[in-house]
Amino acid sequence: MSEIHSHVDMLAPVEDVGGAAQPLLQVTGLTKHFPVRGELFGARKTVRAVDNVSFAIAKGETVGIVGESGCGKSTTARLLMHLMKRDSGEIIYDGMQVGRTLSLRELRRGMQMVFQDSYASLNPRLTIEESIAFGPKVHGMADGAARALARELLGKVGLRPENFANRYPHEISGGQRQRVNIARALALSPRLVILDEAVSALDKSVEAQVLNLLADLKREFGLTYLFISHDLNVVRYISDRVLVMYLGEVVELGPVDKVWDQPAHPYTRALLAAMPSSDPDKRTEVPPISGDPPNPIDPPPGCRFHTRCPFAEPLCAKATPQLTTLDSTGHQAACYMAIPGSGHSRAPAREEEAA
Amino acid sequence: MTNLVEVRDLNIRFTGERTVHAVNDLSLSLGEGEVLGLLGESGSGKSVTLRALMRLLPKKRTQISGSVTVLGQDVLAMDDEALSNFRGQTVSMIFQEPALALDPVYTIGRQIAETVMRHEGKGEREGMARALEMLEVVRIPSAKRRLDSYPHEMSGGMRQRAMIALALACKPKILLADEPTTALDATVQIQILLLLRELQREFGMSVIFVTHDIGVAVEICDRVAVMYAGQIVEQGSLRGIVRSPVHPYAKGLLASTIHGAKRGERLETIPGTPPSLDRAPTSCSFAPRCSLAQPRCSEQLPPVVQVAPDRMARCVLAEPAVATA
Repeated sequence: MSEIHSHVDMLAPVEDVGGAAQPLLQVTGLTKHFPVRGELFGARKTVRAVDNVSFAIAKGETVGIVGESGCGKSTTARLLMHLMKRDSGEIIYDGMQVGRTLSLRELRRGMQMVFQDSYASLNPRLTIEESIAFGPKVHGMADGAARALARELLGKVGLRPENFANRYPHEISGGQRQRVNIARALALSPRLVILDEAVSALDKSVEAQVLNLLADLKREFGLTYLFISHDLNVVRYISDRVLVMYLGEVVELGPVDKVWDQPAHPYTRALLAAMPSSDPDKRTEVPPISGDPPNPIDPPPGCRFHTRCPFAEPLCAKATPQLTTLDSTGHQAACYMAIPGSGHSRAPAREEEAA
Repeated sequence: MTNLVEVRDLNIRFTGERTVHAVNDLSLSLGEGEVLGLLGESGSGKSVTLRALMRLLPKKRTQISGSVTVLGQDVLAMDDEALSNFRGQTVSMIFQEPALALDPVYTIGRQIAETVMRHEGKGEREGMARALEMLEVVRIPSAKRRLDSYPHEMSGGMRQRAMIALALACKPKILLADEPTTALDATVQIQILLLLRELQREFGMSVIFVTHDIGVAVEICDRVAVMYAGQIVEQGSLRGIVRSPVHPYAKGLLASTIHGAKRGERLETIPGTPPSLDRAPTSCSFAPRCSLAQPRCSEQLPPVVQVAPDRMARCVLAEPAVATA
C-alpha cells in the first residue's frame, strides 16, 4: 500500500554545519582500556583495546577498517556511537563536539550502526514495521507517519512492504534481516552509517546482494560509511580509504588502492598475503607470518607487531613507531622501516641526507 | 585408482515437527590420496553429508537411504561396536570450533593418548609419547609443555592444531574436515591450510573438506562438488570448475565472490533465496532463481550430464561430452 503515500515524510537530517571541507567525523587520540582481574595478589592487567587511534572521515566517503579479532575495530565503532565510555580522546561530528555543541540524542540521529548479528539486534517481539518505526517515533514522529516511513524504507532495501511489514524477525532469513537492520538505521535520516561486520555472517551470494544495496543507498541518501570487516576483498571493493588495525593501534592508513598495491607496514603485507588464492595454479606456498596474534592483555612493548615481524630489530621493541605520513596521498604507516632516518636498517634515508 | 569412499544415491531426511529433506540423491567417490571439496552455502547439506559418512547424525530423527561404503565396509550397516572401531581409526573428523570439539576437563596430551590407547591397545606411556610426537607434527611450539595444557589455555589457532593432532593420532586413511579454518583469523587460517596440505601429502590421506569459501577450496582441493539444496549440482576437477563452471548456480557462486571486483562496479548476484527443504525435489531446485530457466526445468528433475570424463553437472543446459571412441 506504500504507493498511496506519494510523499513520505522523513525526519530532517541533522544539518550540515561545517561545510564540505569539514570532515564528517574527526577522531583524535581515541583510547579505551579495560581492566581485567589478574591472578590473586598478581599485578593488575589491562586490555588495551583501542590505543590512541586518530582518523577522519570526509563527507560522502567510505572508510574501511580491517584487522583480525581483538584488534579493536568493533570497540572503535562502539566508542564512536557512544555505546561505551572512552578513557580519552576527542570525537568531533561535523565540527561539533559531542556533549558540548551536539547532544548525544542529536549525534545518534546523525550516526547509526548496523551490527553483525542480524537477529540479536532486532527486538523479537516487534514486527519489522514496528522496529523500523520505533526510532522516528522516539524522535517525535507521529505513529502513522513513522509506519508509512517504515514501509517506504522496506521498499528501498528491496523487501516488499506488503509481504514483510507485519512479519517478525524470526520469520525471515538472515539476509532479509540484515536489510531490515539497514532500513532501521536509515529511518533516522543519518549521514554516517557504521557497518560493523554487517555482511560477514551472510552467504556469498547474499553478501553480494547486500553490498549492491549499500552502494545504491549511499548514492540515493548521500551517506557516508564506516565499514568494518575482516574480509579484505569486501573492504577493497567498498572503501575509498582504509585503516589497518593491529592490537588496538592503527598501523597503516591510506587510499585503499595505495595500501593494497604498496603496503608499507609488514603486518598489512602479511594480511594481504594471507588471503587465499583465487587461482588454482598459484596456490600459497609459504605462510606469510607464523603464530597467532598475541593476547591484547598487556600487549608487547614498542611496536606491537615486533614479536611476529620478520624484520624486527632491537629498536622496534623499545619505542612505539608513530603513524607517519609517507606521501601526498595521505598514506601513513607506523613502522620504522617506512620512517626515514628512524635507525632501522631498512629505513629510507632522511631526505636532506639523500639530497 | 581405487575409491576409498563410495556414496550412492544418498538421501537424508530429518523427521520431527517438520520434515527436512537435507540431502537428495547424492553420489560421490573419493580416491586414494585425493582432496575433495564440498562447496556450498549454509543449508546446502554439505555438513550433513560429511556427518553421514561417520554416522554422526541423531539416530532417532534421521532417515538415511542409499549406500555409503568406506574401504569396502558398509557404513550404514555397522553396529555400535564396529562404528567405534571405525571412527578415529579409519576415518576421523575435524570441526569448525575446536573449543567445542575438545574435552575441556582433560589435558591435550591425555586426550590424544586416550585415543591411541583405545584404538591401538597401547599403554599409557606409549600413548603419551605418540601425543608428543603428534603435537610436534602439527608444529605446536614447546610441544612438551603443551601436553599438559587444557584447551582453554590455548589460542584459537593452537587449539585447531591440537584438534588436528588428535584426529591424526591413529593415522586414519580418511580425514573429514568440516570448515576447520572458518573461525580463524586470516593470518592463522592460511597457516592451518598449508599445514593440512602438507600433512595430507605426508600421511598419504584422503580428505573431504567442507567449505563455503572458494578461496579455501582453491588452496587445498583437487576436486570439488558444488552443493545446492541438498544435491550436488556440479562435480569435477577444481581447476575445471573454477575456470569454466557449467551449472548456472556454480557460475553465479563464483561470480558473486568479490575477488578483485572493481569499486563502483555492480557485483553479480544470484537473486532470491534457497528453497525450503520440506519436500523432496521433483524439479530443478535452482530453477526459481535461475536466469536461464526454461519451462521444462520446473517440470522434472534435471538429468545428470557427464560433461567431460571427470566432470558432471545436473542441468538441462549442460552439453554431454561427445563420446570419442
